[in-house]
This record gives sequence, structure tokens and C-alpha cells, in this order.
Amino acid sequence: MMANTVISLRGATKQFGGLVAVDNVSFDVREHEVLGLIGPNGSGKSTTLNLISGALPATDGEISLRGGTITGLPARQIARKGVSRTFQLVRLLPSMNVLENVMAGGVFGHRRRWGQSAERHAMQVLEKIGMADKAKSRVGQLTYIDTKRVELARALSGEPEVLLLDEWLAGLNPTELSEGIDLIHRLRDEGRTIILVEHVMDAIRSLCDNCVVMSSGKKIAEGTTDDVLSDPEVIRAYLGDDDA
Amino acid sequence: MKRDEWKTLGWATALLAVAALLPLTGDGYLISLGVSIAMYTVLATSWALFSGPTHYISLATAAFFGIGTYVMGSGIEVLPYWVLLPIAGLIGGVLAALVGLATLRLSGVYFVIFTLGLAEMTRQGVTWYQNQTGHKGTYVLTDLTDNDIYWQLLGLAALVYLVGWGIGRSRLGFALRIIGDDEDVARHVGINTALSKVALFVVSGAVAAIVGAIIAPRYVYIEPSTAFTPMLSFQVVIMALLGGTGRLWGPLVGVIPFTLLWEAISSSFPNQTTLLLGLSFLAIVYLLPGGFVGLYDRLKGRAAKRSAMA
Repeated sequence: MMANTVISLRGATKQFGGLVAVDNVSFDVREHEVLGLIGPNGSGKSTTLNLISGALPATDGEISLRGGTITGLPARQIARKGVSRTFQLVRLLPSMNVLENVMAGGVFGHRRRWGQSAERHAMQVLEKIGMADKAKSRVGQLTYIDTKRVELARALSGEPEVLLLDEWLAGLNPTELSEGIDLIHRLRDEGRTIILVEHVMDAIRSLCDNCVVMSSGKKIAEGTTDDVLSDPEVIRAYLGDDDA
Repeated sequence: MKRDEWKTLGWATALLAVAALLPLTGDGYLISLGVSIAMYTVLATSWALFSGPTHYISLATAAFFGIGTYVMGSGIEVLPYWVLLPIAGLIGGVLAALVGLATLRLSGVYFVIFTLGLAEMTRQGVTWYQNQTGHKGTYVLTDLTDNDIYWQLLGLAALVYLVGWGIGRSRLGFALRIIGDDEDVARHVGINTALSKVALFVVSGAVAAIVGAIIAPRYVYIEPSTAFTPMLSFQVVIMALLGGTGRLWGPLVGVIPFTLLWEAISSSFPNQTTLLLGLSFLAIVYLLPGGFVGLYDRLKGRAAKRSAMA
């Protein structure tokens, strides 16, 4: 493990009864790195993300954040140590407005603020993602990409060490998609550490420094994005034997 | 504090002062009605502090209330009255903490059943104990009048409102709103969901026990079936829902009309009260899902829309 490793998985395993959803997976994420976690549907990417965020407890293996083990900790403690996430299906807080939704991520999280300071900070995050004018809107009035933006802003407002994005770009139309990619690009340029579960190939190519490829719960490839995407085994996993 | 908040505080203090003048009328019926309203206001408001944001329906009010009356009943010969009130609160709070730690990890439905069972179990426990010792009930003899009880409940109501207002402005209050919206999100932004819920449950349990202790002298003779009556738990829920749990003042606007209605029903139809209680519960849930608070917000929203179009 290198000195600037933020997240490290060693033999992470998750079993649901007889099904091994994540099978002995190991990889490291370094500071300022954008890592793509890719693979066909049902390959265990989201489960891996859930193990890191503490949404699910790992059956075996070790996960550490900046050298300290976080395996087995509840989600709230992992969040406080600096892991923020978005969800595969957007989860906003329906009774609150946009600003309060964003504040929710910054009051109890890694860097904590309260009162005016929390509000100011949430406003700054909203400005950064281009939604300052909708701060007082109800979340029910938002377009789909805006709900995704709010969720991202909530994750950012705790100033996490690492950001986990679970198919954040899924379901966007072509215009929204290019806006979305630009937004993540800006986060990348800020030097954030991000793990990205993603299916959109354009996004993976333009955003990810490195990729980990999973298939049937196992890690089948790892390396720079270009190398990994031209790996015959990866192509086989995605497209089946005939096309390889 | 902002200017609005000073204004609200001013209004609340003025209303409280007016309410405190009621015993000066000297009308026994009015004062006894005032005691009921003050009692249910405290119970429903503290119930809503917990159940409003979390959406957990607790039917344990009677358990805490009954324990409070029994603390007063069994302690009044030994300890001074004013010491027994905090003791009742403490015991109610500890019981709430134990129950909360055991059940608040469960989902809502199990919690409802558990709290109902808890009240019933406590009642049976006390009955059993009294049978063992050969008592039927306990006398609570004090020289407190209805006026004293009324003023004490009013003071407790003021305290509950202050606590509720403080929680609403605190991180804890914000955490509970997030929990009420989405518990998974709450966990993932770093909230200790179990601890937050237990904290509020303890507040409502302690308050209900203190109310029981204050009311006990009014009963003079307490026995398990009156102290732990499950009807109390249901009435508190209905009143809070009728008013609406979204605002601190919500339960109050449910308590007043409901207590008056109840008074009318139980004097005109003494044998059908339970039936009518059930019917009014159904009517409230169907016709006023957000209570008076929800209705008020809807009307306000409609008015705002109309003035925006005009």
C-alpha cells in the first residue's frame, strides 16, 4: 500500500446465503485518483460500493481508509471518517428544500458545520454545481438531473476524503449526460478522490484514471482505463465469447 | 433570535398568561375542563416531539403515565410531593430508554405493537403485584386542588414547548427530520439514528410520567385500570394527529376541539364512547391526513398560488 492510498480493499468478500456477490476483491485508490468500477450487470460493483460505505457489512476481508480499518463499522461512522456517497436510485429528503438537503450532508459528516456556517457552506456547494438559484425549491419540483445534482451536492458538503458515485450518470438524456460528465470532470480537476460505478463508456473514458473490472463478483482486470478497455478478457466479460 | 421568533415568543407568553387566569373564574366545571385540556396538550405535544419527525406511532403513553401516577401513589406517604415529580420523570425516562434501545431498531409496525404490549404488560404487572399484597388500589391524599394541578400542568406545558422549540433548532431536530424522510440517507450522512430516536422517546416518556404524577392527586384513589387505561394512549395519538404533528403548536389545535367534543360525547352517549372514539379516528385519518396543520398549509399554499396568479 502506497503512502497516499485513500481507500484500500484486501480480499473484500460479501456472501448472501450461497451467493458470493463480491469474491475476494482487492484494490487501492490513491489520492486525487478517479477510479472506475466497471463490469456487466450483476457483477458486484454496487455491492462493493456498499461494502465501502458501510451500507452492508463485509463477510470477509479488510477495507481501510487512509490506513485505518473501517471494516465492520456502521455507515454513520464511515461517513464521519470521510466517505460520502450517492445512491443508485436518487434518494433526496422530500420534506426539505434543496438547501436543507445539501446541508444534511454537512452537519453530521466528515467536516461538520451548523447554523449559518452550514447554510453558507451548502450555498457555496450549490453554486459550484450550478444550482444556487434553486436553493429554496422543493425537491419535488426538480428535473431528474437536478435531483442528481442535489444528491451530489449533499455528498460533497461533508467535504469527504473519498466520494462514491453509484451510477450517477445513469438515466440522463444526451444533453444532460454531457452536462453531468462536465460536472464530474470539474470535481476531478479539483483533485477529488472518486470511485465511480458506471456503465456509460464515454464517461469512463473521459473521467477515469484507472479502472477495476468485475465479473461475477471477481476482479478480472485492473489498470489504466485504456489498457483495461482493450483487454480481451474484459471485452469477453462484457460482450460474451463470440465477439472477443 | 430573529424578530419573528421574538414575536412568537411574545404571543405564546401572552396566551399562557391568559390561560393561567382561568381558575380566577371560580367555575369548577371550566377548571376541570382546563385540567383535561392542559393534560392532553402536554401529552400530545410531547408525543408529537418524538412521533412527528420519526413517524413512529407510540402507544406507550399509558404505560409512562400510569407509572407516574403510581410513583406518586406509592411515594406520597414517604417523600415530599415536589421530589416525586422528578423521580417520576426519571423512571419514565429510563423505561423509555430501555424500550427505545430494544425496539427502535425495528421497523414501525413492530414498534407500535411493542408499545401497546408494554402498556398492557405494565398494567397487568401492577395488578398482579397488588393482588399479591392484598391491595386493590392506592390512595393519593394531598391538599392540592384542581387549581394547583392546572397551574402545574400549564407550567409543564410551557417547559415542553421550550424543549420542543430548542430541539427544533438543534442538530438533533435536524437529524430527526432527516431520519423521518429517509433513514438510510440519515445513516450515510453520519447520523446516529438509534441514539437520536431514543433521545426523543426518553423526553416524551419522561413527560408522560410527570403528567401522571401531577394528575394522581386528582384521582384520589388510583388502580391499574384507571392509571394504565389504553384509551389514554389512543386519545393522545388521535388528538396529535387531528392537530397535525408537523408543527409544535399542531397538537394543541387538536386537543382543544377534541377534548370539548369528547366531553359532549361522554356526557350524552356514555355507553358508546369507545365506538365513537373509533369513528372519529377513522374520520380524522381519512379526511384530515395532515391534521389541522396540513389543512392550514394547504390553504396557505392555495392562497399564495392565487395571489401569484392575480
